[in-house]
Amino acid sequence: MNDTVLAVSENTRHTLTIGLFLVFIAITLYITVWASRHNKTAADFYAGGRSFSAFQNGLAIGGDYMSAASFLGIAGIIALFGYDGFLYSIGFLVAWLVALLLVAELMRNSGRYTMGDVLAFRMRQRPTRIAAGVSTIAVSIFYLIAQMVGAGALVALLLGIGKGETFLGLSAGAAKNATVIVVGALMIIYVIVGGMRGTTWVQIIKAGLLMTGALLMTVFVLAKFNFNPSSLLGAAADKSGKGDAFLNPGLRYGAGDWKTKVDLISLGLALVLGTAGLPHVLMRFYTVPTSRDARRSVNWAIALIGTFYLFTLALGFGAAALVGSAAIRASSPSGNTAAPQLAEELGGGAGSAGGAIFLAFIASVAFATILAVVAGLTLASSSSVAHDIYANVVRKGDVDEGSEVRVARVAAVVIGAVSIVLSVFLQNVNVAALVALAFALAASGNLPAMLYSLFWRRFNTQGATWAIYGGLGVALFLVIFSPVVSGRPTSMISDKDFSWFPLENPGVLSIPLGFFFGWLGTVLSKERDDAKFDELEVRSLTGAGAH
Amino acid sequence: MTSSETARTGPGQPSAEAYTRMDSDPRFADLRRRYRNFVFPMTVAFLAWYLLYVLCSAFARGFMNTKVVGHLNVAFFFGLLQFVSTFVIAWAYARYANSRLDPLSSELADELRGGRTGRGRPGGAA
Repeated sequence: MNDTVLAVSENTRHTLTIGLFLVFIAITLYITVWASRHNKTAADFYAGGRSFSAFQNGLAIGGDYMSAASFLGIAGIIALFGYDGFLYSIGFLVAWLVALLLVAELMRNSGRYTMGDVLAFRMRQRPTRIAAGVSTIAVSIFYLIAQMVGAGALVALLLGIGKGETFLGLSAGAAKNATVIVVGALMIIYVIVGGMRGTTWVQIIKAGLLMTGALLMTVFVLAKFNFNPSSLLGAAADKSGKGDAFLNPGLRYGAGDWKTKVDLISLGLALVLGTAGLPHVLMRFYTVPTSRDARRSVNWAIALIGTFYLFTLALGFGAAALVGSAAIRASSPSGNTAAPQLAEELGGGAGSAGGAIFLAFIASVAFATILAVVAGLTLASSSSVAHDIYANVVRKGDVDEGSEVRVARVAAVVIGAVSIVLSVFLQNVNVAALVALAFALAASGNLPAMLYSLFWRRFNTQGATWAIYGGLGVALFLVIFSPVVSGRPTSMISDKDFSWFPLENPGVLSIPLGFFFGWLGTVLSKERDDAKFDELEVRSLTGAGAH
Repeated sequence: MTSSETARTGPGQPSAEAYTRMDSDPRFADLRRRYRNFVFPMTVAFLAWYLLYVLCSAFARGFMNTKVVGHLNVAFFFGLLQFVSTFVIAWAYARYANSRLDPLSSELADELRGGRTGRGRPGGAA
């Protein structure tokens, strides 16, 4: 019978999925070893020898930036809540203009390996480097845990391990933990063996895979609706059971009283201002030879990321129309499996060979996505530990490159291990909330310090530390007392309520306060170094003296 | 000294005095003005345009929900226009920088590095 010929058992599908994971892991490990043969100096480890082209770096920026939150999260929010997922895409994309116009080139010209290089350029090294290190590690760890928790949940779902079931003798919880440990071990290997060169290649390969996968799915979805976006949206609205409301803003954000609307604005601000303060993104500007290449690489990244977010519209609405929210919710209440489920549907449905192959392909793309992002985050935070804290604070700059890079490798192992442990314990935390929190921290602490550093002559050490600690501190403080942490069924601690702060995202308060603290700290300190600002200004705009 | 300062003492690295002199050079003032005249107003413009979109999503739901063509409403097109404006601004800045910033910044950088002519890449691998 035709059915039995085409039918594919669960086991075959799992073998296929795991097989593709293993192929990706083997290829990236080989490339990491291959790329590391040129790694000799600190510039090789931190900045890939500054030898990447603008196009390669543009791809790698895309690979670093389009996280599981983008691919699985946005498609999932659109699939369940319709239009509101689009808000994320727009904020994440427009944010790149801040990086392009105000940060990328100036940073490439005046820094060396880390965000701290730019912040500490004209400041007292010790306090500024410590602040830069603290905020780099804080932002990266939040982001890292979000990705690893997501990886665990994703793999358990994709392998179809439900409650009480086992796979290869693993229960769902054990499979999640095993995934977190494997992902953590791989990211540590990429970073300590390949450094920035290996990490960059992993990100380039991932960007290629992700774009290919998203493009294929987009074309398949649109083909089902005669390439007419209006019929796709109409079908999605019908199937959602919410009618036209599914295509309007407001199902997920700003649905209630004024507080929810302020929360929407707060989220919008954090998304658009966070990107230019993410240390792992900023570090990528050092991997190209000149500031002009940095500019070109951001332009490539904008083209790539913008196109990708347009694809996610088709994926999200496609999943809503073809899979349906009931089936998506049954698999994952937050919608994270909408894209893989859509792939299965497009390939011919559950049980078909085409469905199994396409699902396995998209699942391994998602896995590749997570690995590339966590490697970038581990590299950024271990670089900051070695370069900002160890070399410039502990050793006060008196250190040879070899031991600095050795410290970076040790730091990568420690940070990797810490995030593995934290992720295992935080297995049930809301992934999207953690990512939005990382963006809010970056926008509140790092962005004010970066912009003041680059543009405000009077800015000084106290201003920099107050901006970072003030912005980070307020953001973190407000989140702890927000509904993200307590008081709701979806909170981290759902059985207690100490949430007096009504907003899920602190950005609307913490970002202006970050700028305010930076200003206040500056004017309350007499320190002022005009000669160093002259130097920073000339170097950042002309490229003279650039590393 | 600190690793960030070792490079400055290398050959071809300008002195602190040279940077201060250059900072008050009218040609550098011109470069800085050209750069800021583009990026500051543009940043204000795209942030305002983006905030308008976010504010409309929160408070002008009736307007956003208006159908334009078939099932495509104002919110959908407003969102797409954010993509278009981002692409256009990135492209416009690249053009502006190529013609109005790069020649001047190369000239000044070469001068600071000791009169080396040609448009060699600034800095290079550390």
